[in-house]
Amino acid sequence: MEPLNNRHPYSFRSSADDALPTRRGVLKLGMAAGASWLTGVAELLAQQPAPGERSAGETRAQSVILLWLEGGPSQLETFDPHPGSPIAGGTKAIATRVPGLQLAEDFEQLADQMQSVSLVRSIVTKEGDHTRGAYLAKTGYRPNPTAVHPSIGAICCHELAVGGTEIPRHISILPSSSAGRGGFLGSRYDAFRIGDPAQPVSDVAGWVDQERFQRRLGDLNVVDRAFERPRRTLLAVDQPRHTLKAARRIMSSEQLAAFEVSQEPRGVLRRYGDTPFGRGCLAARRLIEVGVRCVEVNLTGWDSHAENHKIQRRLVRTLDPAFAALLADLRERDALKRTVVLCAGEFGRTPRINALDGRDHWPNGFSVALAGGGIRGGLAVGETDPHGSRDVKDPHAYADIHATILTALGIDRGKENISRAGRPIRLSEGEPIKALLG
Amino acid sequence: MWARNLLFCSIIFVGVAVLVAQLTPQYATRHDEQQLTEIQQTRRRAARLDPVSRQVGGALKTRWQEAGVKAVATADDLTVARRISLALVGTIPSLEEIRWLEALPDDVRLELWVDRLMRDRRFADYLAERLARAYVGVDVGPFFIYRRRRFFVWLADQIYANRPYDDLVRELIASEGLWTGRPATNFLTVTINPNDNVGHPDEVKLAGRVARAFLGVRIDCAQCHDHPFDDWTQKDFHALAAFFGQTEQTFTGISDGKRQYLFDNGGRQPPEAVEPRVPFSEDLLPAKGRLRQRLAAWVTSPKNTAFAHATVNRIWAMAFGRPLVEPLDNLPIGEKVPKVLDVLSEDFVEHGYDLQRLLRVIFRSEAFRLASRDTDSDPGDSKPSDERVADLAGAWALFPIERLLPIQLAQSIIQAASLKTINHSSHILIRTVRLFDQGQFINRYGDPGGDEFMPMPSTIAQRLLMLNGKLVQEKVKSTLFNASGLIAQLAPDDRRAIETAYLTVLSRLPTPEELAHFRQRLTGDGAETRAQCIEDLFWTLINSTEFSWNH
Repeated sequence: MEPLNNRHPYSFRSSADDALPTRRGVLKLGMAAGASWLTGVAELLAQQPAPGERSAGETRAQSVILLWLEGGPSQLETFDPHPGSPIAGGTKAIATRVPGLQLAEDFEQLADQMQSVSLVRSIVTKEGDHTRGAYLAKTGYRPNPTAVHPSIGAICCHELAVGGTEIPRHISILPSSSAGRGGFLGSRYDAFRIGDPAQPVSDVAGWVDQERFQRRLGDLNVVDRAFERPRRTLLAVDQPRHTLKAARRIMSSEQLAAFEVSQEPRGVLRRYGDTPFGRGCLAARRLIEVGVRCVEVNLTGWDSHAENHKIQRRLVRTLDPAFAALLADLRERDALKRTVVLCAGEFGRTPRINALDGRDHWPNGFSVALAGGGIRGGLAVGETDPHGSRDVKDPHAYADIHATILTALGIDRGKENISRAGRPIRLSEGEPIKALLG
Repeated sequence: MWARNLLFCSIIFVGVAVLVAQLTPQYATRHDEQQLTEIQQTRRRAARLDPVSRQVGGALKTRWQEAGVKAVATADDLTVARRISLALVGTIPSLEEIRWLEALPDDVRLELWVDRLMRDRRFADYLAERLARAYVGVDVGPFFIYRRRRFFVWLADQIYANRPYDDLVRELIASEGLWTGRPATNFLTVTINPNDNVGHPDEVKLAGRVARAFLGVRIDCAQCHDHPFDDWTQKDFHALAAFFGQTEQTFTGISDGKRQYLFDNGGRQPPEAVEPRVPFSEDLLPAKGRLRQRLAAWVTSPKNTAFAHATVNRIWAMAFGRPLVEPLDNLPIGEKVPKVLDVLSEDFVEHGYDLQRLLRVIFRSEAFRLASRDTDSDPGDSKPSDERVADLAGAWALFPIERLLPIQLAQSIIQAASLKTINHSSHILIRTVRLFDQGQFINRYGDPGGDEFMPMPSTIAQRLLMLNGKLVQEKVKSTLFNASGLIAQLAPDDRRAIETAYLTVLSRLPTPEELAHFRQRLTGDGAETRAQCIEDLFWTLINSTEFSWNH
């Protein structure tokens, strides 16, 4: 018998070698389980580790909604205004419900919700490129060729119980190319992507009537049987039967109605601002009600290298009603304490205004907003320099935001998963921001 | 007037005749002289591969004996032709190609098939894309100084010309010049982070790339720490990175200057100059030359077995969908490797790093020709022993089934909807639409990026995309020009219709049970039209597990 050495060409990969069961690993497992092993493996693949069911009355956070501002919002025109300073370029600030806490103008509705929102105005990173910055923001790790890290949404799905949720539990609405990925946890944890919720969700409805669809499935069974039976050992790792069953469960699930924002009263839709992004936020609220763990809603276009003020203002006017209505709606439904809302982009924008009246990429001190999930509201963590230098008070890494959210969700951030290269990687290497937690 | 009508009718007649001729088997075996010469040439060339094929066969047999297994029966030619097509051009064979194959003599059918595909530009494009992913990944990369398209076309040109692989790699590592004029330099410029404002390629990334892509070792884990299980130390890694220490990027492109690589351990220590040093086989490193030239010579030295092993393992993965030694980029250095890998590597080095020859030798090996199921267990209902199958698969005594790559799946769906081959001689409109459809599909299906040959189980979203997605729906829907429409209109009877659909989608004929089942469906209760029944048949075949796997 050969030693189970990782380096040996024909060795089984050790069970800790991969977050996914490997081909040979599953074969071995299957053999151990004996005749009824196929079901066993299917369950193993389908179920996520449930970290102890929580009692119904528990109020700890259970879901994350990420309002993703793709392109890099300007901290100066959003959460960190410096009115009257040379770097403001004329942008004014408004008072909010929290004394002393200001937002940039046009955030009138959010201003009224600031008792629930905290700002971290001192994120400092080394990633000034869109793709790399988005990777860092979503995963809490810098891009690194030795491992593809899972996004925060994938981690939530991996760590939190499935419950009765039949539809995908990680969803990206109006997705960008940086939609959350499962990384080394597996593509099973990739975000399920949908467009504007005004449209029906793609791929969940058949093109033919129910009767004909059933006939097709019957035919499929005839063709698949001949191929799958003699190869089932090798197919065990993939479980095509399992994905077919799960896909059909989604297609017939009543929870699909959660995507249909048109079921909401007109007034509610208007409150969110009748925009694709606003509808996305409303869908996000409906989705977490049926147990979806992470919903990403994307608002793109913040990359204002020219005409910064005009672009930022237009987008803030879309963001403001949606963000504020989401918070108010969650609170009214008593769901805010169970839902973490993060509003963030990949980096901020330069304090200096360029020749085209634009602002360029600035990872050296920018802002994100956090709310819900037991995270304390009404605070501003860190400060940037009103003269635009790189001096940042109380700087935080993006990973600290991840650590804070994981803590709010009751997930041990120190837990290690094994990357595909066999390296243990923690859920987050950041430190929770103490001021924001309980 | 009657003349025009007659002309019109005769055009229609000719058109229909051509279509019918393409749908039905042609048993004509008349070969013109050119084809006869070609067949003879192919026979002679195949004979030249016999010695190495015998060695590969010997190595495989020893391996089977050691594992205590008996190889399963060989697969039929069409099954193997499908594998070859997926490996070389990333799609299933068209009905047109299957008809062509059927008319060839048995002994060189598959060799001629390989020849035909290697002459097809799709081969160079497909292989270039696979290799490019290992070299530069799939990222958009830095703006202006990195031209992925340019790099890709250049790489495909080299593959089309069958340039010796060692020569190609030397150019990748050591070339100087502008990213447009010398496309190979994009291998370096892609690592430049424009936001760092350092003005030179990232030595650390390049060291990791070179080690993984060309040597099959994951030394980059040692970037930050000494690897717990491996022999690499952090020093080894940064000494390798130091070979890129002279390299600069200016307005005249990539060049080597007087710079030196400084290592500061992510700011944890004062910057310190690191002497370039290779992690193993130091005697193969030339003493003179620019640093990158020396590194390139060391990597591609005929005595550096790691280079040949890594290349053969990667090409094997492209052929089988799974590397000979897993994982793809973590081969043991200085330890025993499987004999098959040794034999193939030696032949690869001896014959001038000829990628096309390597592919041919792999395609001729017994392992590639075996069935993908346990043929010795009783056919039908009896249950194959799971343990037996696991042993067979582990010893390459059975063709390992693998899921198609997203690109293979997309191209195959599109090809399955056309009776004719979709290639570079197809109409520009067809090719444009294909590219667009393909991109949309892969975008939803999910692109594995650089780690293509890591097994990734399928997802529910992917299954939904196949069941209800736009591409499958469009391709299945009966129209005047696509396969399902043409078969519905032109197949002379139900049996032929079903057989043609099977050949077009699954590259095989239906089993008697399948034929009986679908004949009944076609003549069945009459609730659906014939065209709808053929649509259902296409939908079913495209959604079958068999279709989305390489088997």
